[in-house]
Amino acid sequence: MSFIDYLTDPIAAGFLQATTRLAIPIMLAALGGMFAERAGVLNIGLEGMMLLGAFVGFSAAFVSGSLWFGVAAGMASGAVLGLVMAFYTVRLSSNQVVVGIAINLLMVGVTSYGFRAAFGTGTNAPRIQPFPPIEIPGLAQIPVLSPLLFQQSILVYLTLALVAVAAIVLSRMSIGTAIIAVGEHPEAAETLGISVSRTRTWCLVVSGLFAGLGGAFLSLSATGLFLDNMTAGRGYIALAILLLGRRHPWGILLAAMLFGGADAFQLRGQNAGTGIPYQFLVMLPYLLTIVVLIGFAGKVRDPAALGQPFQRNKAE
Amino acid sequence: MSATKTEALVPPRSRLLPKGSGALLSSLVAIFLALLIGAILIVAWGANPLTAYLALLDGAFGSWNSLAETLLRAIPLIFTGLAIAIAFRGGAFNLGAEGQLFLGATAAAFVGLALPDMPPLVVIPAMIVTAAVVGALWSLLAGALKMRFGANELITTIMLNYIAILFVSFLLRGPLQEAAGYLPQTERLASNARFPALIEGTRLHFGFLLALLAVAGCHFALWHTTWGFKLRVVGLNARAAFNAGYKVTAITISAFLVSGALAGLAGYMEVVGVQRRMIENLSPGFGYTGIIVALLGRTNPIGVLAAAILFAALQVGGTSMQTASGVPSTLTTIIQGLVVLFVIGRGAFDFLAKRKPVAST
Repeated sequence: MSFIDYLTDPIAAGFLQATTRLAIPIMLAALGGMFAERAGVLNIGLEGMMLLGAFVGFSAAFVSGSLWFGVAAGMASGAVLGLVMAFYTVRLSSNQVVVGIAINLLMVGVTSYGFRAAFGTGTNAPRIQPFPPIEIPGLAQIPVLSPLLFQQSILVYLTLALVAVAAIVLSRMSIGTAIIAVGEHPEAAETLGISVSRTRTWCLVVSGLFAGLGGAFLSLSATGLFLDNMTAGRGYIALAILLLGRRHPWGILLAAMLFGGADAFQLRGQNAGTGIPYQFLVMLPYLLTIVVLIGFAGKVRDPAALGQPFQRNKAE
Repeated sequence: MSATKTEALVPPRSRLLPKGSGALLSSLVAIFLALLIGAILIVAWGANPLTAYLALLDGAFGSWNSLAETLLRAIPLIFTGLAIAIAFRGGAFNLGAEGQLFLGATAAAFVGLALPDMPPLVVIPAMIVTAAVVGALWSLLAGALKMRFGANELITTIMLNYIAILFVSFLLRGPLQEAAGYLPQTERLASNARFPALIEGTRLHFGFLLALLAVAGCHFALWHTTWGFKLRVVGLNARAAFNAGYKVTAITISAFLVSGALAGLAGYMEVVGVQRRMIENLSPGFGYTGIIVALLGRTNPIGVLAAAILFAALQVGGTSMQTASGVPSTLTTIIQGLVVLFVIGRGAFDFLAKRKPVAST
């Protein structure tokens, strides 16, 4: 079998397709985290935002019958959590880590209770028909690239577009410069007339929009159902992806794809009957996260004001 | 470099939790507000909040047996709460108590099963030491990665949780599985490994006294030893501690070790006092609840004890509430989360009162 035969093989194609599908939720959460961290706020609450987005997105789609309504509702719910985080971290100067942890724990309860309240406690898990894959005409026949990019659901295309938008906003627009200024030197930004609290609040809201979409992707595109705690630590993995991607959209894209690949690999490994206990395969993404942190933690410079609350009256 | 890392995580200008006068009052207000929102959710569910809460209260404290069950449930929460509080005091966020608990519990069960014919006075200390050491070593891994490579322990400890739980799952479905081989669990521990009951006719065991001892020990260590003083200084300002000549790395590592040992003991208590064997779903998230127990207890051992009993009561009573009124017991998880958000939002009251940003340090 030649190399190109191998790459167009259905198994390899399935692997590539799964890579993207598994990468997207982490990519979205990491993009959200990027906006928050560039503005100086450590968003530990990504996990809770994703979980709420998955639940609200699923419920809204189930009730309304519209997947797109679900997507919008999931994003909106994440944004509301972003506002809650902003209230604590920007207004009250609470410890950012503590607020994030509290939100994550609260969301485990909220989504689990909400799911039972909305769908009862029976054993029949409600399902919806998820977003179908759409083959882009003309591009869907390219080996490797097409299963990776051109045989995916609409939300994947939307995410890829959002990566590009995020990159443009961050590097080419004045608002991106303002965000970076707030994260690096809030006092100077304030002097220049940029409101630190407003910028951080908006960044957290955007963070919630992205993470909420990432969660909604899990329930509306990847699976078509909601499960208790279905994010399984992806919000935290996203924080590591953020570092690996050097807090830049294109870096995040590549880093998330690497993780998607590891995840797809372990799923394939579970089905292939390799004799390796499945637990060790499931561990792979978590292990990879730690390896990434070891390798990159010291090499990426944090925004100078990351984790630091800002109080305007002190800057004056 | 390690010093700056720590500082970035625990900025000196931000408050971990409200301090000073009125802290107890603010906790009570927070609990009241959380219960109020819980009541709204119960109404939304279609049940009577008064009936539901009375069932909760009755289930948690209504009889000797329910009180014993509440205190039994508090034991692992006291240990994980102390674990996280000690780490916080030293400026480290140990979110890995869950994994440390699972590994400590498994190791203790292994030792207990390996010594079936030894007297309890040998077996019990051997299990306790094993659980503490294994928990400490797993925690040390995160601590070492933080101090050596600057890897943020917020993420590493959580990843290590997943890895530990998966590894334990492998052990319980493989090498350590009971001979019958039906369920992912070990053999039952022999009677030489068990604790005597504390209240006759209930499940509350001797371990509760050990938990109280741990509270006293942590309290003493934090406020009456040089180690505790240094730990708190490092936690408040690692750079200042470094400049004052403290061995910041060693002190941080010691915080991780003590924290992990306490979390390992939480697992030991569940194995020996509740399940009598190691099982796959040993903990319904004690390691995570311990985080909010530590926060609510203001990272103070006595406060941790009170918060652990409160959350244990919510959890035990929640089951009774579910039976009596049909309201899912996960409601109590919401109440627990809200309590914390309201406690850390204490500044909101000042904020709303003064209508200007709070300037507190």
